[in-house]
Amino acid sequence: MIAAWIVVERNLLSYRRTPAVLLSAMFEPFIFLFGLGIGLGKLIDTVEWHGEPIEYAAFVAPGLIAVSAMNGALFEMSFNFYFKLRESRTYDAMLVTPLGLRSVLDGELSWAMIRGGLYSVVFLAALAAFGYLESWWALLIPLAALLIGLSFASIASWATTFVRGWQDFDLFFLATQPLFVLSTTFFAIDVYPDWAHPIVYATPLYHGVDLVRDLARGTVAWSSFGNIAYLLVMAGVGRALATRRSAELLTT
Amino acid sequence: MERAVHAAGLTKRFGDFTAVDGIDLAVESGESFAMLGPNGAGKSSTMRMISTVSPATSGELRVLGKVPDTDGPAIRSRMGVVAQEDNLDDALTVRENIMIYGRYFGLSWSDARRKALELLDFAQLTDRADAQVNSLSGGMKRRLSIARALVNDPDLVLLDEPTTGLDPQARHLLWERLYQLKERGVTLLLTTHYMDEAEQLSDRLVVMDNARIVAEGSPSTLIAEHVSKEVLEVRYPADATVDLESLGHRIEPLADRTLVYTDSGEATLAELVNSGRTPSSSLVRRAGLEDVFLALTGRRLVE
Repeated sequence: MIAAWIVVERNLLSYRRTPAVLLSAMFEPFIFLFGLGIGLGKLIDTVEWHGEPIEYAAFVAPGLIAVSAMNGALFEMSFNFYFKLRESRTYDAMLVTPLGLRSVLDGELSWAMIRGGLYSVVFLAALAAFGYLESWWALLIPLAALLIGLSFASIASWATTFVRGWQDFDLFFLATQPLFVLSTTFFAIDVYPDWAHPIVYATPLYHGVDLVRDLARGTVAWSSFGNIAYLLVMAGVGRALATRRSAELLTT
Repeated sequence: MERAVHAAGLTKRFGDFTAVDGIDLAVESGESFAMLGPNGAGKSSTMRMISTVSPATSGELRVLGKVPDTDGPAIRSRMGVVAQEDNLDDALTVRENIMIYGRYFGLSWSDARRKALELLDFAQLTDRADAQVNSLSGGMKRRLSIARALVNDPDLVLLDEPTTGLDPQARHLLWERLYQLKERGVTLLLTTHYMDEAEQLSDRLVVMDNARIVAEGSPSTLIAEHVSKEVLEVRYPADATVDLESLGHRIEPLADRTLVYTDSGEATLAELVNSGRTPSSSLVRRAGLEDVFLALTGRRLVE
């Protein structure tokens, strides 16, 4: 636990001189909120959420929280993880200290989770100021964002262990782009034909978006527990796979 | 005091490939020990097993009296490892590299800061303390790697090819620093494919070739055991056929010249001149570890 935290400290130290890198992604959800949520919202009266009509921007905003938690974690566990794993060999240097592989990986996952959570909290605060939050349940959104960050960080770190060169990241983001657009971020699941619903339910970001939206609107239901269970399983499985693969790469 | 490294029948296989083939090693506490051999001899694989990041396939290994498989963190807490390729943290400054490394070893931030000052001085990097790592020269990076590995006051320091790729001046500065460590009683275990480095730095060494240890001893005993005191190197025009068979203790024909192992190079050269076999060029030198390697394997150390 403490050992993993020291790995987080290393990341804090490394970003101290380049906060711009860290902060730039913070603006992304604002761009989507103003561009799509509010811009496109002018053309759309209201959308229906749990039987109630809501303003389009208020519908989109919670989805963007989930997306920014995902993106913060993904960025860290794709490019940065790859660089430290293969190019700068930072992990090789860490593994000859008393830190074990497990602590190193847990530290990296924690940092990715925190980074995703940080983006979400900043955006959440802005949403609260704009009056897009409807419920006290919204206070739990930071926890949901951390969970989303952790689950995506875990799976991404596992996937990144298979990356052989920078060009492979094109494939990586080919997988995450559709998630961004199709996981009910911009429209409710009802717009899809019935046969497509299972596909949407199977994808991870849907569960993040659905969970945060329910918290923001105060429409928490049994399905929210399903969302949480999905994300927890994803985090656990991803972490286990990533630990095994990293061991194969670093301690052979 | 326990032995720094004890290995018996230590073996490392990667699939069908045997990187280390049943070697025995005994590095005593406080000594400076080298593994000499060409690239691919198994030195780095051995080092990785000793540094506890690579499990042995079979055989026995104890480092600082403990077993790597079960006591990895305890071993690592008393060991410093300098990898062959610099793996400094590019995102941090010179000083921060040492400090965060201290944190990995469980030092408090204030202790890590104090230790960094001391080690920057040792590595002669005080004036570059706040520079980014990428701006350092190769020699400076290597010195920082060594300084970083000392942050926990290790009892054993592993150095994998510490001066490969450095210019002569940087090498000598590094040797001098390593010599200081040795004086302080730190056990040094290094790999090298430079015989002069092994001769300079090690009390004892093993010669490795093809995953095995082919000789063991101090530099001077190895030279005395396997080769003569002096070497006469002679060159003849390519079309000349000169019989050198009966000369010295042993001759070693190389592509461009012939080595004659003899107790007195001058006397052997005089013998050649007197018998009308004057070479087009000649050189008399002391025998070294390079010659030991050549005698043992029939190949040269650095091709």
